[in-house]
Amino acid sequence: MSILIDEKTRLLVQGITGGEGSFHTRRCIEYGTKVVAGVTPGKGGTKMDEVPVFNTVERAVAETGANTSIIFVPAAFAADAILEAADAGIPLIVCITEGIPTLDMVMVSNYLKQKGTRLIGPNCPGLLSAGKCKVGIMSGDIFLKGNVGVISRSGTLTYEAVSQLTTLGIGQTTCIGLGGDPIIGMVFIDALELFQKDPDTEAVVLIGEIGGNQEQRAAEFIKNKMTKPVVAFIAGASAPPGRRMGHAGAIITGASGRAQDKMDALSAVGVTVTKSPAEIGSTMQKVLASKKGKSSRK
Amino acid sequence: MKAHEYQAKQLMAEFGVPVPRGSVAKTPAEAWKIASDLGGKVVVKAQVHAGGRGKAGGIKVVSSPDEAEQAAQKLLDSKLVTHQTGPQGVQINAVLVEEAIDIKRELYLSIVIDGVAGMPVIMASEAGGMDIEDVARTTPEKILKAYVYPAVGVRTFLARKLAYGLNLAPEQMKAGSELIANLYKLFQAKDCSLAEINPLVVTADGRVLAADAKLNFDDNALYRQKAVEALRDIAQEDPLEVEAKSKGIENYIKLDGSIGCLVNGAGLAMAVLDLLRQEGGNAANFLDIGTINDSERVVRAIGIINSDPDVKAMLINIFGGMARTDVIAQGLVTAHHKMEIKVPVVVRLAGTNVAQGNKILDESGLKLIRANSFREAAQKAVAAVNKS
Repeated sequence: MSILIDEKTRLLVQGITGGEGSFHTRRCIEYGTKVVAGVTPGKGGTKMDEVPVFNTVERAVAETGANTSIIFVPAAFAADAILEAADAGIPLIVCITEGIPTLDMVMVSNYLKQKGTRLIGPNCPGLLSAGKCKVGIMSGDIFLKGNVGVISRSGTLTYEAVSQLTTLGIGQTTCIGLGGDPIIGMVFIDALELFQKDPDTEAVVLIGEIGGNQEQRAAEFIKNKMTKPVVAFIAGASAPPGRRMGHAGAIITGASGRAQDKMDALSAVGVTVTKSPAEIGSTMQKVLASKKGKSSRK
Repeated sequence: MKAHEYQAKQLMAEFGVPVPRGSVAKTPAEAWKIASDLGGKVVVKAQVHAGGRGKAGGIKVVSSPDEAEQAAQKLLDSKLVTHQTGPQGVQINAVLVEEAIDIKRELYLSIVIDGVAGMPVIMASEAGGMDIEDVARTTPEKILKAYVYPAVGVRTFLARKLAYGLNLAPEQMKAGSELIANLYKLFQAKDCSLAEINPLVVTADGRVLAADAKLNFDDNALYRQKAVEALRDIAQEDPLEVEAKSKGIENYIKLDGSIGCLVNGAGLAMAVLDLLRQEGGNAANFLDIGTINDSERVVRAIGIINSDPDVKAMLINIFGGMARTDVIAQGLVTAHHKMEIKVPVVVRLAGTNVAQGNKILDESGLKLIRANSFREAAQKAVAAVNKS
């Protein structure tokens, strides 16, 4: 099994005719994702390769039964695109777009709460269920089918972590990039809950970074609800305070959002925290070996 | 993006948040004139993008226009060193000359976005004039919080609740609650990420005023906030960061180490800084080059790093996903032809098109230090600095 996306995913691409939209649609199809529709207002009735394009999400859903959407539209229009997908009843929306104004996301996130829609991102690389389905922009060839779930606030650091795992022969169930903005849809605790329930996921890699307190909330969840082992790395231990480190959400404000506090909170609840981003894979290898040792002794 | 206090106060005044009478001066003569118009007894405040001004001597209370002129003379064209600026300090190019106010009470008021709740939160406290984080740590019960639902906004009841919470006197209640509602209007209209008044004061003559003012703006919203963008003061920013931004390299931050870094992705770029420190080195900068689609951009980024005199070695670590490693490799080769790179360059490529990328480097004939893994790259960069 995997979480959120698999062979049953019917993907809709908002902004499918743009440069990035068309490029990544093709990569998703190559990976095996069923892309059933695209939306670009004004281009309804045309096709992008073999994918039918519609003017509205509502129409696309009615005609194709799309159940997941990925958004590539520019920042100024992305909030509207998320609202349109939610309005059309799509239960899972993945927004890749970077640079959406925070106050737009305030409005969007309140609307989504009312609708019960799940959003991943914005400013994220999307997600991938190894060997099954890709709804995102990560390069598919570094993934290996297996039993470790990966959640991260970063894009390329996730590739680094996944590649360390794959090199050691440790495969993955699903990898999710949650996004680097101050207001994002899905957060660590939502993903941890799904991984805890997923019978195929044996352990989870959590990659956090400075800013906010989602890692502390994750620690609270792990303490109360999680029985599967978690390995964590927190980026930004050497970042200067008060500076926005690339991601809009990655900023230490005064005494809050520091890497050390996050590492301490996670360590305190039994998470294996590695201080080295080069040892995420090898740390997971040790954790899995000791888990095996324990279960064989039982 | 940050604004100066005087700019923040102008915006607040526009939105109906009362501020002390005063004006900005860029010369001592202007300071004299403003002080004279205000009746002599004034406060002269250095305008810099750094906190801790008061303790660092950046705020002077004077009692005549002549003294105001002298105070301005001393501050202008000097550098202010506060606990936030580092030892090099920050340039003072303007001072705010304001009426000296007779303060009866010091309060605190701010609005920020709460990422977890997904909405703005107003914080108010009777413990004004202090570091609000100290208050939050030692006496959190002294901070009132009110979440603002975007479809509801700051209604009268909410502003009144906070005003009562601040124990404003009955005759200040109307002015106080209007001030709170108006600050929220400003926050919304200008896409702020922070609006802070510390202290918010009640004067002896019963006025409620923003004695200090801080506004930060959401960089993502600047495309629709041209008037806000015009408030940017590049003299307060690091020259290399200004140059990088002017060349389209948005995510460059100057740091105090000696290894110049070029990385794709913010998380990986932060992780590189962390790894360098663990291996005994220090980064000279943070640079997330983002998705590279042209090698010219790579050349510009290398140019910025190469022009930093602190850089003793360069570390290029790219994990191609969206970004193509062959484009990076091509950019690196072109950069070597276009400029003299005197420091050793460590390169590690992985991901999309890595075979092509490595081939370009192999065939370039350049003396590069190659690494196969993340850690090896960091170790070789640290070793290169230690050798030089």
